[in-house]
Amino acid sequence: MAGTATKHTLPAPFHEYELDDAFDEMVDSGGAVRPHYRHIYEALRELTGEELRRRQQIADLSFLHQGITFTVYGRDEGTERIFPNDLLPRVLTRGEWDRIEHGLTQRITALNLFLKDIYHEGKILNDGVVPREIIYSCKHFRRQMRGFRVRKDAYVTVAGTDLIRMPSGEFVVLEDNLRVPSGVSYMLVSREVMKRLFPELFRKCGVQPIEHYGQALLSTLRSLTPQGSPRGTSEPTIVLLTPGVFNSAYFEHAFLARQMGIELVEGRDLVVHDNFVYMRTSAGLRRVDVIYRRIDDDFIDPLAFRADSSLGVPGLFNAYRAGNVSMANALGTGVADDKAVYAYVPAIIRYYLKEDPVLDNVETYLMSDSLQRRHVLGRLQDYVVKAVGESGGYGMLIGPHSTAEQRDEFRRRVEDDPRNYIAQPTIRLSRAPCFLDGTVQPRHVDLRPYILFGDKVTIVPGGLTRVALRKGSLVVNSSQGGGSKDTWVLD
Amino acid sequence: MLSRVADSLYWMSRYLERAEHTARVINIQLNLMLERESQSEDLDWERVGRSLGMDKPDDDLDKDPDKDEEWKTGSLAQSLLHDASNRSSIVASIVNARENARQVREQISSEMWEQLNRLFHAVRRGSPEVWDARDFLQSIKEGAHLFQGITDSTMTHSEGWQFIQAGRYLERTMAVSTLVGAHFREFHQPAHAGAERVYLEWIGLLRSCTAFEAYCKAYTADVKPDRIAEFLVLHPSFPHSIRFSAEALETAIKEIGREAGSRRAARVERIAGRLRATLGFSQIDEIMAGGLHSYLHEILRQCGQVHSALYQTYISYPIEAALEA
Repeated sequence: MAGTATKHTLPAPFHEYELDDAFDEMVDSGGAVRPHYRHIYEALRELTGEELRRRQQIADLSFLHQGITFTVYGRDEGTERIFPNDLLPRVLTRGEWDRIEHGLTQRITALNLFLKDIYHEGKILNDGVVPREIIYSCKHFRRQMRGFRVRKDAYVTVAGTDLIRMPSGEFVVLEDNLRVPSGVSYMLVSREVMKRLFPELFRKCGVQPIEHYGQALLSTLRSLTPQGSPRGTSEPTIVLLTPGVFNSAYFEHAFLARQMGIELVEGRDLVVHDNFVYMRTSAGLRRVDVIYRRIDDDFIDPLAFRADSSLGVPGLFNAYRAGNVSMANALGTGVADDKAVYAYVPAIIRYYLKEDPVLDNVETYLMSDSLQRRHVLGRLQDYVVKAVGESGGYGMLIGPHSTAEQRDEFRRRVEDDPRNYIAQPTIRLSRAPCFLDGTVQPRHVDLRPYILFGDKVTIVPGGLTRVALRKGSLVVNSSQGGGSKDTWVLD
Repeated sequence: MLSRVADSLYWMSRYLERAEHTARVINIQLNLMLERESQSEDLDWERVGRSLGMDKPDDDLDKDPDKDEEWKTGSLAQSLLHDASNRSSIVASIVNARENARQVREQISSEMWEQLNRLFHAVRRGSPEVWDARDFLQSIKEGAHLFQGITDSTMTHSEGWQFIQAGRYLERTMAVSTLVGAHFREFHQPAHAGAERVYLEWIGLLRSCTAFEAYCKAYTADVKPDRIAEFLVLHPSFPHSIRFSAEALETAIKEIGREAGSRRAARVERIAGRLRATLGFSQIDEIMAGGLHSYLHEILRQCGQVHSALYQTYISYPIEAALEA
């Protein structure tokens, strides 16, 4: 599987930079530095290892002092950890980005049409394009949303789609995160830090700005203001609903609320009276118009969903259905990022838009299909098996890096509940240069751009590049030893 | 402003004030112990515990009477420095202050958060023995002062800042009242008069309120208990006097009422005004004649009322009351 490593004689600090059969973001197959990486490559050659280390330290300290941490679940020690940030930016050309932007716009448009359809007439199901049983057996399908008209038909307002780059250099979609995607704060903070560390490079390269994300998110949320809100669409009260400080993404919630200048509220700050939502303030109760919620569907209202949730707001769902408050994302969007439904997204795009998908899917095998299941279970060591409803790198098997015991365990699980699993071939993600142990080494990366859907689609150029910092590892999730790096789209 | 946010800012500020006060009191105590023979260090630390408002020394101390004296001495002092389960300890105060700040991370300036975070990491890292704790205590005091300076110069002086002021000065009013009360009960007795040891204790009390130099400017270094009481309880412009703190508290509460524009603000403002008036119109000879201890007890009781009224008005009011509008 692993390709033959060819040692190119690049000068320090690149002397340990080895190429293999994965696509390399910086060096082409002939061993030459790609033109859009030239400025960075040259700048790195001029900086001493000591200087680079000094800048890395400044960056680390800046993350520590700002309290940029995430929480690892299921471990006692040090639940709060600093998110590792790699010093070297990942660079995309304008041309590459244009294609990505086009593909993502197409995808989110189709997915929102799809969600509206399955919660209303279900034409796509009647036409047999997507099998009915996959939708109704999805644990994120919310029957409570049937027949409810979502404001502006914006089901997915914020998406964070994971893209990976194939050995051919082509970008494909690995998963659509359509529920409550996180990570955008790391993108914004790491850009701030990078501007401080490499001002000269920013000037030379012409990096597209991303700082307007907060403003774009705010105007997207504003566009969802309910009709008949007393203050109209000019001054709606918008809040960000967080599960609280113990959530792994709390830093991000606070950060975004501050960027947008809106209140960061917890469930206990909100009360519902007569199907209107209010927040408790020192001056009394104040009506809320739009909620950017960062709580999963299950926990948002103990009266409508999980009764044991103490994070949510009793009665919120009724106020939502009454049209007195909008939520982003809408409830029930998880059905469209179920990994089994994901396999149908290219068909969904063709069905609603009559266009071919710009960005392809990764080849996906549905374990509920007996032929496909038999095929995959026969050679588990070559595949990645994922639970359909999980995210964050939990609940998956990476075939090539697994033990025989783990494979037996997963085989049993798949046979017990085939609908709950899909399999994909192990893909050699592309690799980008990282600064590690005083030298520059290649590591596997993915890309998560953030897409906003309101009156129009907005995608700030770039996104969060996640990197598997362990040598040879293909898992980029922060919970599994991953880090992040700044992403530059050049003019 | 969200009620929960007001609550967190208020407590963040109270805990930091408490950490700073505790650090100063322990530091002074360590100083005193260097300068004089003590009959029992154990009793000294117990007194420190009382002057910080701990009802009695940790129950743990009594569990095993066979432990030798040194262990017990070390234990209470050590506990006041580092024991996260002791609510009066420095580490618990800093952790709680930071936890409250973390809940309202987006409401305070980044500079404030970074400073508090630095303080937090310093407390978690450093675990010096009591006798090596001087630098540690100094850094806590400086860190808290720095935080206050940063707060005053980087945060909008609106409602949230006023809640921070209210928390700081309510905590200070109560802490100084408790400290002065405990001290006078211990040392203001004819049997002690004139003794060298007691002289040092009075200076220790002034230093614990950063008041020694200011006192000398007002009264010279001639240390007299009545004057000390007058200075610490009734001085109108010394920032650690009880009266000054109560006035600052009332100012903050009035400002909160103005900013929030709540119809229900009158009650808490009246109670805070009464506290200010009680201190503003008192005379030290009458206080001493009637008993300083009972006077301070009354001050503490009124502080409790201010706290409750503040809560009922802005933080945990019933929904029905707010919906009637």
